[in-house]
Formats: sequence, structure tokens, C-alpha cells
Amino acid sequence: MTVAAAPARIVSRSPVIDKLGVLIALIVAAAWVFLPFATFKANRIIQGQSRIVFDALPPWQSILLSAIIAISLPVIFYRTGTLWRLLMAAVALLALLILVGQTAAYLTPPGNALARVSPGAGFWVLLFGFLLLAADALTRLRLKPWPRIGILVLAAIAVGAIMLSGDWNGLSILKEYFVRSDAFWREALTHVVLAFGSLVAAVIVGVPLGVLSYRVPRLRAVVLNILNGVQTIPSIALFGLLIAPLAWVAANVPGAAAVGVSGIGFTPALVALFIYSLLPVVANTVVGLLGVPPAANDAARGMGMTDRQRLFQIEMPLAFSIILTGIRIVLVQNIGLATVAALIGGGGFGVFVFQGIGQTALDLVLLGAVPTVILAFAAAIVLDAVVEMVSVRGRTSR
Amino acid sequence: MIEIDDLTKVYDGTTVVDNVSLKVDEGEIAVIVGTSGSGKTTLLRMINRLIEPTAGRVRLNGLDTRDTPPYELRRRIGYAIQANGLFPHRTVAQNIGTVPQLLGWQRSKIDSRVDELLSLFQLEPGQFRNRMPAELSGGQQQRVGVARALAAAPKVLLMDEPYGALDPIIRAKAQDDLLTIQKQFKTTVVLVTHDMEEAIRLGDRIAVMDQGKLLQYATPEEIIAHPATPFVDELIGTGERPFRLLSLSTVGEIAHQGEAEGEPVAAAMSLRDAYAECLWSRRQTLPVADPSGTIIGMVTLRDLEQRAARPA
Repeated sequence: MTVAAAPARIVSRSPVIDKLGVLIALIVAAAWVFLPFATFKANRIIQGQSRIVFDALPPWQSILLSAIIAISLPVIFYRTGTLWRLLMAAVALLALLILVGQTAAYLTPPGNALARVSPGAGFWVLLFGFLLLAADALTRLRLKPWPRIGILVLAAIAVGAIMLSGDWNGLSILKEYFVRSDAFWREALTHVVLAFGSLVAAVIVGVPLGVLSYRVPRLRAVVLNILNGVQTIPSIALFGLLIAPLAWVAANVPGAAAVGVSGIGFTPALVALFIYSLLPVVANTVVGLLGVPPAANDAARGMGMTDRQRLFQIEMPLAFSIILTGIRIVLVQNIGLATVAALIGGGGFGVFVFQGIGQTALDLVLLGAVPTVILAFAAAIVLDAVVEMVSVRGRTSR
Repeated sequence: MIEIDDLTKVYDGTTVVDNVSLKVDEGEIAVIVGTSGSGKTTLLRMINRLIEPTAGRVRLNGLDTRDTPPYELRRRIGYAIQANGLFPHRTVAQNIGTVPQLLGWQRSKIDSRVDELLSLFQLEPGQFRNRMPAELSGGQQQRVGVARALAAAPKVLLMDEPYGALDPIIRAKAQDDLLTIQKQFKTTVVLVTHDMEEAIRLGDRIAVMDQGKLLQYATPEEIIAHPATPFVDELIGTGERPFRLLSLSTVGEIAHQGEAEGEPVAAAMSLRDAYAECLWSRRQTLPVADPSGTIIGMVTLRDLEQRAARPA
């Protein structure tokens, strides 16, 4: 009896260290103590002054944030219940997001319209640390696809509510936004159209091309090699390479210029993204179709399915989850790559990034970068969930 | 009835099937047996035009198979293969209903046919209808594969090593099921195997193939008694010949008047098993009982030995 009781006592008395938790706890602790939580600048361009947590917030708020972080450290460091970790991450993230807005009011001298307050390195690292904690806890919970999307929606609602409350209005990113809110939404639309439009075009062209490459092995080698080659061209170079041929098309093909084809601008950006998207779509279509069990194909033929029936009833459904994985890769890749489109006048969030670099205004860079990251992240979560829903159906009962 | 006339298949100068002719009568089971590379599977696949012959023709009930589009032809011919080829993304019911659905049957008719076939193969419809193939055991998958091949009640069933992946006990059960169902539906079956034991057990006629050529096409008795070439003999196995011959008949067929001691054997027992029983129980005679348990006669060790000798 004593022998049996001993191991249980050891477990309950000395907590086990969580391996990833050690890393997260170190990151969080370092960011809290050493890194600036906010940066104060007299105007939007000059070098800013760093403020650590205790100098960036009113006393009771900095105590509140510090208390939350201090409580979170042992929860993160030791192996604790997954739900507790998730709850801890949610509380900390909420506190971070709300309190970072308060730094603006605290640090900006009254009546000073030129001064800028931005979230500092400490804020971003703390945000990263707690997001990592949340992601780790969510992974361990092994949630089904719908709950995952549900959590994404909840997070979006929380961020939206904080933004609408005006809490962040004093922050420099939003000040940059207020100056150009029309342009922001215009470029946001352009960005989404670039990313999704090129994806849709790549699916419309790439899936049939993949099916064809699968059916004709000789074509497969040629197509995949060409697309592989294209993929190695740096994105900026590809945008540049398209200027000459598209300018020629605009000048020489009747009506091309009228529908918006030109050497620079939206069209070459869309074309370049489309070309980049083809490889993952075609390759995944081919791989997916090659993965269809030969016996299933043979049985389908032997029972009298026509080639078309076999394609739509057997091969495509079985390859679908892999094709969808390709689409997910393309979408996330395109949301990021579309930023570069601004270089050739294609628009999108990249406009703010490159303007910001030109003006050495980091806040403006963030106005372009942060929405891009959020968009890519959300797209990845949603499509991952969809891929899982689709592939689960093949394995177990409906 | 299947008539195969001078069928030849040449791939890149290699003759895989060489001028094969044979006839399978309605309601018969013909087993094509041979080693790998003998062309047996190619021959089978030319019947439903999964492979187009280089020369020769196949007639089904007198009609040349080339006169029907391949996919229509195949919908009329059952097809079951070794790895069962179930569609992993479709339920058991959808799998079985494949050909009826291709033929455009009514939903309700398909459903009742599916349930009928599931019951026939001892799979409780309510329990198995909505399962996915991955949720079945190997034996169950194989049964669903054969049920699917029989779904549209084809007159002809082609089977390519259907029991290759099954363990011996489940294979014997599956073979018995096939014999029962084949008798019930009077289906004409062409089955390909590399296993002579299986060929003798299932075949009304056995076609032995080697290097694309049909060496012999005859009843099991004939093949065992008078193998056409040394290769056929080798395939049967010289040491196995008497026992293979014994396995073709049952004690019920040769039982005669007389009294015998000890535990009776069932009339359906093969002579081979009866011979083993004699040796095992040190008996010269065995009483034979019908399914109700009534003694209908006896067999002697001497009878069995005579049946095991090479026929004249």
C-alpha cells in the first residue's frame, strides 16, 4: 500500500516543469523587466524614448499588469492544466491589449498633437509569448474544426470591441490610420482582391492543369519543372520581369489597355501572384491524384465508370483534402507576397509599408504589416479547419 | 456463356497472352491458374475490356464485346479484385450501390438491394450500411467487395485473386460463401488465382496458363489425372495428387450399405478429410450420417484408397 501511494505523493508535491513553458516564461519575464513597453516620440519621425512597464502606465495599471504577469509565470513554468494555461493566456492578452492603449494617454503631454506613443518591443514580445502560450494550449486541447473557428471569431470580436471603444485611438498606428483611413480601406480591398483573385485564377487554371499532368506523365514532368523554375525567381524580380511583356500587350493588343492591362500597377501584380500560385495548386493536385489507391481506380473502371465519372466521383473527392492543402499554402503565401505588389504600383497593404520605410516612419510600416499578418493568420486557421473537416469525412463515418 | 476465341495481347513486342481460346458455360465457375507473369490477369481483364486485345475476340452470350461501349459492358459484368478496391470515401451502402447508381436505378430500389446483399453476406444492414470501409475488418471488406460486384445481379462475375489477402480460415469461409451464392444466382464466374488448391476447390473447369499460353483447360479430375504438360503436373504437386483427387468428392457420394463402428462422419465431408479421419482414429470403416444424424451407410478405407488412385 505504501509502495502504491509513494509515486502519487511525488507527483502531487513536486510540480513538473513544462519544457515549452520554461522558454515562454523566460521570454515573458525578460520582456516584462528589461524591454520597453512603449516608445515615446516628440514627433512621428525622430528616434523615440523607451519606457519600461513601470514608466509607461499609471501606477495602479502597471501594478495590475505586473501582477497578472507575475501570476502567469509559475502557471506557464510548471506543467499545469491546459484550460488554466488557456485562461491565463486569455487574461494576459486582454490586459496587454487594453493597457497598451492607456500608455498613449499617460505618456502624451496634454495638448500635444505631434507627440507619438507606440507599443514598444516589450509589448510585442509579451504579446508573442502569450500568443504562443495560447496556441500551445489550444493545440493540446485538440479542438475540432468548428470550435477553432469559434475561438478565432471570439478573438476578432474582442479586438474589434477594444478598437471601437477608442482605447487605442491615442496610439501612433491608429493616428497614422486616421490620417489616411480612406486609403487604408481602399488598399485593404486591393490587397484582398490581389490575394484571393490570384488564388481563384490559380485554382481555375491549376486544378485542370494538374488533372491533365496527372493523366499525361510526360506533360507532368514538363509542367512541374517549369513551375518549379518560376518559383525560384525572386518575387521582386518577377514583378519587374512582367513589366516589359505586359506593357507590350497593353500597347499592341486591342482592348487590353482598356480592361486595365499595363506594364505597372494592379495587372502585373495579379499576374505575378497567379504565376506563384500555380505550382502549389498544380503540384498538390497531381500528388493528391497520385495518392488515390490504385485498387479503387481499377475497381471504378472495372465497374463501368466513365473517365469523367471516375474523375469526379472517385479521384477528385479522394484528392480533395490535399488540393485544399495546396490552396491553403497559396492563400497564406499570397497574402504575404501581395505586400510586394506595392513596389510596382499594384496597391495593397504594401503601400503603407514602403511609404513608411521611405519616410522612416515605423508606425506607418506597422499600419501595413499588422493587418497583413492578422489576415494571413486568420486565413491559415480557417483553411486548416476546413482541410481537417474535409479529410475527416473520408476516414470515419459521416 | 463466355466464348474466348484466339485472344492475343502483345505489349511492345512481348506476347503476354498467346492465342487463347476457351469457353465457359453458363452457371459454371472457370478458374484461371498460373504463376505470376503467366498472363492470367491480362486474360481476365480482356473479358471486360479493361485491356483491349491485340487480336481475337470475346463473346458474351454470343454477342461480341466490341459491339458495346466498354463502360456499358463493364456495368453488366461483376468485377471483384484482390485489394477489394472499396472506395474509402464512400460508405458500405454507397460502395455496394455503385453500379446500380451508374445504371440509374431508383433510390429505394438501390437501398433494398443493398440491404438484401448485406444480409446475404451475413453483415447486419442496420449495423454496416453506414460504416466506412476503413472501419471494417479485412474479411468484411472482402465480402463488401464481392457484394458490390454482385449488386446489379450480373450474369457474369470476374474475380482477380479475390481471396489473396485473407488468412486461411477466413479464405475457406469466403470460398464456401462464393460457392453457395454462385449456385443460388447461377452466375457464371471467371476467377484468377495462383493457388491450385483454390482452383480445385472452386473450379468446375480449370485453365492452366504459363507464359501467355493456355496449357490445359479441363475439369479438376482431368487436370489431376491427366496433366497435359510437366508444368501442369508440377503446379498440382506430385505428392498432392491423390489427396487433391480425394478432395473433389464427398463421402455421401460413395457411401454404401454396411455397419461401421464409432463416431459417424457427415455426408458432406470430403473424401480427403474422411481418409484423414480413418488414419487418425485407426479405423478401417466410417459410418456416414446425413445432416439430421441418421446413419445412411458407410465408407471403408479401401474405398478411399481406390478413389485416390490415378483414374484409368
